Amino acid sequence: MARFIAWRLVQFPLILAIIYLVTFLLAWVAPGSPFERAERKIDPMVLHQLQTQFHAEHWYQFLAYYPVRVITTGNFGPSMAYLGWSVNDVLASGLPVSVTLGLIAMTIACVGGCFIGVLAAVRRDGLLDYASLAIALTGISLPGFVAAGVLLTIFSDHLHWFPSGGWGSFSQLVLPSIALSLMPLAYVARLSRASMLDVLESDFVRTARAKGLSNTRVVWKHCFRIAFLPVFSYLGPAAAATLTGSFVVEQVFNLPGLGQHFVNAVTNRDQTLILGTVMVYSAFLLTLNLLVDIGYAFIDPRIDVTGN
Amino acid sequence: MIEVAPNFSRRFFADGRVRLGGGLLLLMLMICVLTLPFTIPSGGMFYYDRQDRTASQVGPQLSPVWMAFGTDRLGHGLLSRCMVGGAISLTVGVAAATVSVMLGVGVGLLAGYCGGWIDNLLMRTVDVLFGLPYILLVVLLKVAIEEPMKKYLFHGVGPAANLVVLFTAIGLVSWLEMARVIRGQVLSLRTLPFIEAAYAAGIGPGRIFLRHLLPNLVGPITVYATLTIPQAILQESFLSFLGVGVQPPLPTWGSLAADGLMPALNPIHSSWWLLVFPCTLLAMTLLSLNFLGDGLRDLFDPKRIAK
Repeated sequence: MARFIAWRLVQFPLILAIIYLVTFLLAWVAPGSPFERAERKIDPMVLHQLQTQFHAEHWYQFLAYYPVRVITTGNFGPSMAYLGWSVNDVLASGLPVSVTLGLIAMTIACVGGCFIGVLAAVRRDGLLDYASLAIALTGISLPGFVAAGVLLTIFSDHLHWFPSGGWGSFSQLVLPSIALSLMPLAYVARLSRASMLDVLESDFVRTARAKGLSNTRVVWKHCFRIAFLPVFSYLGPAAAATLTGSFVVEQVFNLPGLGQHFVNAVTNRDQTLILGTVMVYSAFLLTLNLLVDIGYAFIDPRIDVTGN
Repeated sequence: MIEVAPNFSRRFFADGRVRLGGGLLLLMLMICVLTLPFTIPSGGMFYYDRQDRTASQVGPQLSPVWMAFGTDRLGHGLLSRCMVGGAISLTVGVAAATVSVMLGVGVGLLAGYCGGWIDNLLMRTVDVLFGLPYILLVVLLKVAIEEPMKKYLFHGVGPAANLVVLFTAIGLVSWLEMARVIRGQVLSLRTLPFIEAAYAAGIGPGRIFLRHLLPNLVGPITVYATLTIPQAILQESFLSFLGVGVQPPLPTWGSLAADGLMPALNPIHSSWWLLVFPCTLLAMTLLSLNFLGDGLRDLFDPKRIAK
């Protein structure tokens, strides 16, 4: 186990380095520069000044210089297109919003999805089973922005239960996190239902029932622990999906998250901001995946994560 | 060659989900494709980019037929835009699925067949990619390869380059599931006697790939390709929403829904048709593809065949 964790920790910076290279390459291959706009020619002196300031005269200069500076100072440098902002400022303002939203949505998706999935499996072909199927089907067949928009109309415009956007209070958090959780919730519900159905058919469940244990105890104590495994391993991809969804949700609910900044950064060719966002997101997701893998070994001792 | 799915055609038509999904899908395809001769030539009544500036945001009505689905703010008839949009969405979906099938099957075959460090390297790569912010990569890829492609491959023809870049970018990030499944399948096939026999008979790896492994992989490939198409269509709608998808005036179901979202949700004067029609078509197609994929998966599932 210790060896496995150590090996993964060694891999971590390597993977980040590869992601950095790929992102850098893509950001650099993309035509256009953050300093020039089609509508307004920039003075060559100013351009040169800017390029020197960002060490962006030659791509290899930037490629080599930038990561060294980031690692040694922990500073992603100034944004190339948002004048007066450093990438760290942008990250500091956007990341807490995106992360809070994402974590709440993931929690809702996991808890709610498991609950729905397990109940649907226990009462197979019951009302809840069909309801969960309906939720799951909506989750996978409607684009996220439509679901978010519909939620917004119903609960904000018509019922006036929640504010329609903005950030800061609890009531402003409710609708966006529900909207964001729909897609992973649908997947979790399907996954846990399917695995629960499998587990419910196994021999030890019959034994447990024969011992006279209550239904609740059998389902939640004996079966759920095993049925939860596929859900647990879905957490990594779910985090990536939540991230994707958060771009849309942030836009529909007008939240000051990181998604909008990233899209702007790409359209502006703001290379420092692109690199900063991608690296932070990647580090975040990689850490989560590592935690999931370690957690996997603790939940199910039969599984040998080291692969030997 | 072992038989992968006995009585396939009989059970194919007996499965309710496959029938429903396949039928609906076929219907959608026919509607969208068969109307193309009316919607593509400019000048006709159903030309998808035809504008009637006097008829802005008119609700669905039957009297001029082209207004059957209503019109948008610029006076485009939504009916023909939905038809063309469907054709483009489905094209993007199928093309992206093709890209992902080729990559996924290639990597999966290589990893499963070669084993050893190649397998390790490829599968660890897949593991890592699974947890990555792939949406960032799609957006970046899209922006990075669009201009060069337009310049060098399409001699400045914008829409074609735009579409090709779109499905390449989506395809490039959605092959992971496929690679895992194919690798697993190859690993279990590799131990079977007929592969060993082929190997013992001195048949080269290329031929073993093509003649012995590939035919046995048709099942999972079809299933995952069918399930990749709806995902790709969803991704495209997502990119359209962010403003980096198919460029106007070309429509897709996703971009129509994205453009229709705000006017439809307007509480004062709701143009609901701008959201409802593209969304219904999109959702029906995605549902039918998912049904078809799930049905096919069960048809190819050895556990269920044994029953």
